[in-house]
Amino acid sequence: MASISPYGKRFISYLRREQIKRLITADARLDGRSLDQLRTCEVRLGVVKTADGSSEVRLGKTQVVAGVKVGLGQPFPDAPDEGVLVVNAEVLPHASPYTEVGPPDEFAIELARVVDRGVRHSSYVDFKKLAVEGGKVYLLWVDLYVINDDGNLIDAANLAAVTALKNTTLPTVVKSENGVKLDRENRVPMAIDVESVPIAVSVGKIGNVLFLDPQFEEELSLDGRIVLTYSRDQIVAVQKTLGAFSRTELEAALELSKRGREQILHCLSKVF
Amino acid sequence: MKKPPVPLLQNGVRADGRSPDQMREIEISVGVVTNADGSAVVSYGNTTAVAAVYGPREMHPRHLSLPDRGVMRVRYHMAPFSTKDERKSPTPSRREIEISKVLREALEPAVMLEQYPRSRIDVFVEILQADGSTRVASLTAASLALADAGVYMRDVVIGVSVGIVNGTVVLDLTGLEDQYGEGDLPVGYMPNLQKFTLLQLDGAWSREKFLEALSLAVNGVNYVYQKARDALRNRYMSIAEEIYGR
Repeated sequence: MASISPYGKRFISYLRREQIKRLITADARLDGRSLDQLRTCEVRLGVVKTADGSSEVRLGKTQVVAGVKVGLGQPFPDAPDEGVLVVNAEVLPHASPYTEVGPPDEFAIELARVVDRGVRHSSYVDFKKLAVEGGKVYLLWVDLYVINDDGNLIDAANLAAVTALKNTTLPTVVKSENGVKLDRENRVPMAIDVESVPIAVSVGKIGNVLFLDPQFEEELSLDGRIVLTYSRDQIVAVQKTLGAFSRTELEAALELSKRGREQILHCLSKVF
Repeated sequence: MKKPPVPLLQNGVRADGRSPDQMREIEISVGVVTNADGSAVVSYGNTTAVAAVYGPREMHPRHLSLPDRGVMRVRYHMAPFSTKDERKSPTPSRREIEISKVLREALEPAVMLEQYPRSRIDVFVEILQADGSTRVASLTAASLALADAGVYMRDVVIGVSVGIVNGTVVLDLTGLEDQYGEGDLPVGYMPNLQKFTLLQLDGAWSREKFLEALSLAVNGVNYVYQKARDALRNRYMSIAEEIYGR
């Protein structure tokens, strides 16, 4: 398995790319937003009744559903007293004409792993409180389903993951013949530190202009892209996913991403 | 988080005796895989990466070729015996797939792919032994193998890692420091163009620590870059000697 330059699969015409570039260099965008403005953001909690926690996020036309399933299992040997987080992402064939049926490709894997790192390195979920008796721990399976891809999946998927975790209740642990099992009828709340919520903000670059929340066509025209994840005032995850950045550009991206974080926090304040 | 078996940093000295801003012993040789169009072995201490480049060559399958530029294929893989504890399964893990992707994206800004329409350049990196910083050692090896293959490039890309150990920013993490430290920041940098092409981070970093770490990384890159230049020069001096005699 090797990573191949993907531009053959997803492309945009030279004319359209030039148009987007001209707009961006004049501080304008296809949908009339300013460079530091996110699309409208909407979160609905508890959209899936069969899950232990769920949410649906719409960022403009991008739509991601996250479902959390809680299990019981063995902890990792290097953290025997902590619960286990598993994040998986599927970009459904529904999501765009460029998506194929099949196991998660490198984009989906990267998406899941960037979201995972943000949650893991913030103190949003208290993993120490997810240990149960008998050497077992709660397993949190977070599945991110991309229903519609209109760009900036990482920011939307991260938002879906953290809101679904906020919505999660833990089934109680009861004794059974061979140890312990989960009782899904009786539930307890999961300890979440809302103040530490990890927020991923993507910064796109076209020419030397930086901007927030690239939509689909802008994404196909990017020269560079970096994702910064914040928890409180700490940086907990970074992933450069395209192009090259100078130090000055990185410092500008840090500033710009703070404005993105504020807008996402404002969107979250409606459900938290 | 469990406590490390040995103190990671005491009185400004790290577990392996280095200072915070010091790289491990570096060994670089170029042109080691004779069948490949370009190759390099890079060791940062006990981390060893061997890279081989094939191409530019015909794109196969052909429908994946591009009319206006070449396609790059990068594979990062760890040998089953490269890890300290149990045998690593040779099946590519999600981690290896992600690293293959970030390495490709770290190399693409440096390679003039527009010079190679309809072609493909293959870069294969194998980790023979792992002791932290494997992706950045891979990046250095891959970019030197590309240079050795004579592929048109804007600059070489040099990788180093920085991290936080006991609140101090340190250069070139070992496996131990990666496992027990508070943060990890692998960096890829083009030393002449002064641009970052690989940047990942985990842990908890303040803005100040992050910027301090970037400066430390650039120092590390410049140090490795000198060694890399020497290795490339030696390779071509020895070819020149073969052709023209002494």
